[in-house]
Amino acid sequence: MTNTITSPPARAPRTPHSARTTPAPRRQRSFASRARWTGWGFLAPFMAVFLLVFIAPIAYSIYLSLFHTQLVGGTSFVGFDNYLRAFSDPVFWGGLLRVSLFLAIQVPIMLGISLLVALAVDSGRLYGSDFFRISVFLPYAVPAVVASLMWGFMYGTRFGLVGQINEFFGWSIPDLLGPQIILASIGNIVTWEFVGYNMLIFYAALRVIPSSLYEAAAIDGAGQWRVIGSIKIPAIRGALVVATIFSIIGSFQLFNEPSILQALAPNSITSAYTPNLYAYSLSFAGQQQNYSATVAIVMGVITMVIAYAVQLRGMRKEA
Amino acid sequence: MALTTLRPAAARSRGTLHTPGRPKRSLLLTIVTGIVLVYSLIPLIWLLINSTKSQGDLFSTFGLWFGSEFNFFENLARALSYDDGIFLRWLGNTLLYVVAGAGGATLLAVLGGYALAKFDFPGKKAVFAVVIGAVAVPGTALAVPTFWMFSSMSLTDTPWAIIIPSLISPFGLYLMWSFAKEAIPADLMEAARIDGASELRTFWQVCLPLLAPGTVTVLLFTMVATWNNYFLPLIMLRDPDWFPLTLGLNQWNSQAATAGGEAIFDLVLMGSLLTIIPLIIAFLFLQRYWQSGLSAGGVKE
Repeated sequence: MTNTITSPPARAPRTPHSARTTPAPRRQRSFASRARWTGWGFLAPFMAVFLLVFIAPIAYSIYLSLFHTQLVGGTSFVGFDNYLRAFSDPVFWGGLLRVSLFLAIQVPIMLGISLLVALAVDSGRLYGSDFFRISVFLPYAVPAVVASLMWGFMYGTRFGLVGQINEFFGWSIPDLLGPQIILASIGNIVTWEFVGYNMLIFYAALRVIPSSLYEAAAIDGAGQWRVIGSIKIPAIRGALVVATIFSIIGSFQLFNEPSILQALAPNSITSAYTPNLYAYSLSFAGQQQNYSATVAIVMGVITMVIAYAVQLRGMRKEA
Repeated sequence: MALTTLRPAAARSRGTLHTPGRPKRSLLLTIVTGIVLVYSLIPLIWLLINSTKSQGDLFSTFGLWFGSEFNFFENLARALSYDDGIFLRWLGNTLLYVVAGAGGATLLAVLGGYALAKFDFPGKKAVFAVVIGAVAVPGTALAVPTFWMFSSMSLTDTPWAIIIPSLISPFGLYLMWSFAKEAIPADLMEAARIDGASELRTFWQVCLPLLAPGTVTVLLFTMVATWNNYFLPLIMLRDPDWFPLTLGLNQWNSQAATAGGEAIFDLVLMGSLLTIIPLIIAFLFLQRYWQSGLSAGGVKE
């Protein structure tokens, strides 16, 4: 995720007995070997469940992706055939292209707004900054189902808020649930849900900048903008990278919002609108488990590669 | 990285002024930031207003003002009693999933984060690589194969299908690891050991209290994730008696589109309001704790 995560802890924990020089060698040795495994004792419960709900399903997916099941003829081993099919599947690529476009536009807008609000709240120049911080964060508490229902209702041109505004002002805001615009409408819902969450991550990072840096900047006569550009942004680079990676993962995983809006806009959102919707409908409506597993794996690998690339890039700039 | 040496206590003190001298409040900045505030709050205000309307008013009156009738309490009573009170059943299910799932996930993350932060043990680097890699693994990519696995174990359509996958939060583990690294001085653990405390007792009596703000933070995030979970229950559950609120609301909403189904948009909106209120209360109630937890450990570089 960031270099702090992938690299071992910066300050390696001291071995528990390092300060003790006096005890008898034998006792010390037995304590040391016990201590060597103590960590596992605390980690074991997590790892046991982790194996069951992360590793096993991934392994099972990979296994499934190598087979093909037909109504007549049963299941047969097909090697990488499913992968070849995915790579030449226009439906899959269409979905991937759509979420890539979504990612390229929605994520910068969302993170930009989040950063501006975090900087504003942190500056101490807002009236009622606590109220700002909490209110902007509130949408994060709203489930994607409720958020999509609310916005879906408001988008409606015939009954919704948009339709009423059109009527009242004589405007002609186009159908926000129409096939041309629906991706942007989904982008708005996702932005609304996560602006506050990202703002809070940035704000938390801003709070721990040592005030000595600001004092030094004041002595040098640096203005507000200079402080933001030269101290605040570089100091929270790690948080920015984390937020970017989470947003990339979220974009590629897009499912809830389009899936729920589908009921309101069946003509705009197909069952393969995003790769995830595609994998879901292949598996549950199309009875194509093997190919569905393949699509899920390909998406997972693409997501991880891009997340890793962003991490490398984000961290190289820091150096 | 250099900043991690900052003591959490200093980071947490809320009154710290960042720029020397008290910054002047700016009306202009407040107004500009206010646009985002309005954007964040308008849908919630819309929901609140429309939960007071009858279904007729919902479609015939302006969305951001009250309708001709004030039906809030009537809607509330109907939402709670519709279909033999299925909404309360969904609420109970959601609470079960949150208590068992988010509670369990927090416990596992605290234990695991503490282990990663405070002990050296064989395989630690591998654990880091795998678990942090897992953060990037699409939850939805996992859900489908998990369904097939659980299906062969006859766990689908039972609460276990929701609770067990909710027990793992790689992000929670990461938060806890970075928090524990800062919050527990190694000297304190040594002192407890010299006094003859067992590892478990050292953890329970010395370290756990110090981990409290981080624990609340992780609990908040796992709670939101479980309360708002939609995809996993969608895949795992067929029987509406086990639905969480999110799935139930979606069923109410799509009811209008099914043949012969009764449109109950007024109940959908009231149900939505009832679904978000508990989390908002939890946010406001716990905010002092989790915000300090986020700043002191969490995401700082």
